[in-house]
Amino acid sequence: MTACAQAKAKTDDQRYSRIHILPKSNGEDVELALCRQCADPICVMNCPSGALSKNGDTGVIDWAESKCVNCLLCTAGCAYAGIVYEAAIGHVAKCDLCDGDPACVKVCPKEALEYRTAARIFNTYADMEDMFCRGLSACHGCNSELLIRHTMRMVGPDAVVAAPPGCIPGMGTVGYNGQTGAKVPIFHSLLTNTATMLAGVKVQYNRVGRDVTAIALAGDGGTADAGFQSVSGAAERNDPILFICVDNEGYMNTGMQSSGVTPYGSWTSTTPVGGQMQGKRTEAKNLPIIMTMHNCSYVATASTAFLEDYYAKLEKAIEVAKTGMAYLHVHAPCPTGWRFPSGMTTEVCRMQVRTNFIALWEYDPTNGLRFTHPVDRPEPVADYLKLIGKYRHLSEEQVTHIQHTVDEKVAYLRQLTQIAAARRPTPAH
Amino acid sequence: MHSKYLIVGSSHAALEAATAIRLVDAEGTLTLLTRDAHLPYSPTILPYVVSGRSQPDNVVLRNQAYFIDNAIAFVPGATVVAIDPAQSSLRLASGETWQYDRLLIATGASPMLPPVRGLTDVPFHVLRSMDDAIILRQAMGQARSAIVLGAGLIGMHAAENMAKAKIAVTLVELQPHALAGYFQPKASAIIERTFARNGIRMAMGQTLRSVERQGGGCLATLADGQTITADLLLVCTGVKPNIGFLDGSGIEVDAGILVDDLMRTNLPNIWAAGDVAQARGFWGGKVVNGILPNAVEQGRIAGAGMADDAGVTPFAGAVPLNTYSFFGQQAISVGRGSTGSGFDIEDSGDEADGVYRHIVLKDGRLVGIATINDFIDAGIMWQLILRGTDLSPVKAAFIANPQLTGRRLMSQIWR
Repeated sequence: MTACAQAKAKTDDQRYSRIHILPKSNGEDVELALCRQCADPICVMNCPSGALSKNGDTGVIDWAESKCVNCLLCTAGCAYAGIVYEAAIGHVAKCDLCDGDPACVKVCPKEALEYRTAARIFNTYADMEDMFCRGLSACHGCNSELLIRHTMRMVGPDAVVAAPPGCIPGMGTVGYNGQTGAKVPIFHSLLTNTATMLAGVKVQYNRVGRDVTAIALAGDGGTADAGFQSVSGAAERNDPILFICVDNEGYMNTGMQSSGVTPYGSWTSTTPVGGQMQGKRTEAKNLPIIMTMHNCSYVATASTAFLEDYYAKLEKAIEVAKTGMAYLHVHAPCPTGWRFPSGMTTEVCRMQVRTNFIALWEYDPTNGLRFTHPVDRPEPVADYLKLIGKYRHLSEEQVTHIQHTVDEKVAYLRQLTQIAAARRPTPAH
Repeated sequence: MHSKYLIVGSSHAALEAATAIRLVDAEGTLTLLTRDAHLPYSPTILPYVVSGRSQPDNVVLRNQAYFIDNAIAFVPGATVVAIDPAQSSLRLASGETWQYDRLLIATGASPMLPPVRGLTDVPFHVLRSMDDAIILRQAMGQARSAIVLGAGLIGMHAAENMAKAKIAVTLVELQPHALAGYFQPKASAIIERTFARNGIRMAMGQTLRSVERQGGGCLATLADGQTITADLLLVCTGVKPNIGFLDGSGIEVDAGILVDDLMRTNLPNIWAAGDVAQARGFWGGKVVNGILPNAVEQGRIAGAGMADDAGVTPFAGAVPLNTYSFFGQQAISVGRGSTGSGFDIEDSGDEADGVYRHIVLKDGRLVGIATINDFIDAGIMWQLILRGTDLSPVKAAFIANPQLTGRRLMSQIWR
């Protein structure tokens, strides 16, 4: 707040700050009063003078002092106390993100504040062609459709897609003649041969002199279980393909059976909850880590709640896939199979990351493993589990167990990052 | 002429409806008809145009480039005189007819004139359109004395402007207090005192018995027999919805156009929003709630419905709300006062210092809050009322510091 007051008014008087950290009544946690730079800004709509406007390039709600008449109607439109009147200042004031270099973020010692620009992805990609036709029939609230549309927009039209059995073909992506499903060549491989078939197709494209991105959009069953031998082989050979595993932690389109990456404790139709069983008894295998052990060119995990992180990784993966194998493991919480409200998908994705249930990292053989979104003060994993119906039966011991495995997994990853950091050559001065 | 979406009006409700339509349908023909000659502006800005703080060409809410970019036809100078729902058409004063698939009536309101003897025989001003504002500003340049009839927001604002322009102003109000619709007598008293201190004569609880022409101005006689001469007479005694052209159309009207929670009128393919509409009141009944945020909300809902937006959310109900600046001070009012027994009323502040706070709760929930020179986040208070948030656990803290407590609460529950 002091940094903001300094940046905006050259004073330490916190009344001049445009970000207000509010101590909660319990004295520990904090709450925030800050402009959210809304996409549907009521403050702008309520402004009778045209002083407020949404800047299409920066996303910031701009305030023009010369036009403002201080009628305060903007404050009536804001539920976040993001634009407020302060007598000391004499007019309404709001956060302007310091022209893209926020002073508050720079001084935050706990990295509680970060400057995220995911919304700008829209500016870059909105005008590009969607590589899928309208009318994919994913379940309500599924993020896989969002994911594959985003992905193929960036990959572009020079692509060939492999889609083994799973939710992605199930929603109608393997279409006909660019009129339904994908507008790029797409084929429905077997669960077992996706990676090898795709690698072979890529070889043929190379032979006829066409530069295409060969991309697999597979589920976790088609990657971790039945699909694994071909994925493993392609990774070991470092075939030039981009393999994306869309992980919904089970066989969700065939009746919610358990897969090799279904987490411990999950209810599925093959790991039921009853007298003998309390959900899955064994741990999920850590597939993305296994993929790093193949020394293929690029491996990363991603979440659709952190799209700018995903886009950065996808960009690298597309480049890598020209010469070697890139593997992206993206998490797709399933409202239907996991049993949570369809409007909560992004919140579930966010909580996966905020609790460290999944960690966001990337790996390449030269630089090793690196966290791309480290969460140093994770929220309790129980807060994530309670969002989801498939964990509703968990006993306290089971929750404790899951917390323990999450902590261990992160500790393991941290060791890998330290090994990588030690191995990395120090940059020349 | 034909337009898939036809909107009559060009202020907040109309503009937000157009935005909402374009979010869903980028291509369907969309036309805004307005009787005004100017690019869209807000009636709320007019007192600032009168004072000179805002220039008429600098308060435009949407410019020509916006209409071109969004493929919206903006047709000024088009006064609608009749609607024929059976033919899905309407007729303009020019004789031109327009066909529509979906129609939004957002024609706003016009000044209401009080029954004062002789009023129509003397020159007087009103303030509802840009032209009114420009003419009033010119007239103020020559005037040395003025009568403002009506101490609502527009009248108060105009009186302040005149006092600042060194005009001797008398403010005449029928109610015993200024801004009686928004503030309790104690709060009004603070505002009135500020006005009196700035040389404005406050004739509260008074009416004009008659006016007659005197020179270029008028001679007014108050109900108590006093007479006042003035170069300028401004009438600000409220507004009434513009619904005259609906006669015979079959569209149901009461005080305004009756609409359901999706802003639909009784006839298919016809919506109404903003100051012209009479919609659900938050505490029951159907009300015309002529405030800007209400017009924005209703316009959004109507536009979404017109474009078949599946995400359209019904209107939660009108809540009175106002923010008012006077002589560098701030008054904010959200919700309503007590209307009988069972209300919990908390008054605080120091009238002498001009600081005042009035909180009304019922069953632990916020009903209304009004403050003077004590900033509260009106948007947060509005949400607390609409959501019926139970304040019982934090009641003492809320009464002691509604701003901080409200921010804390909203910070936790906004999702």
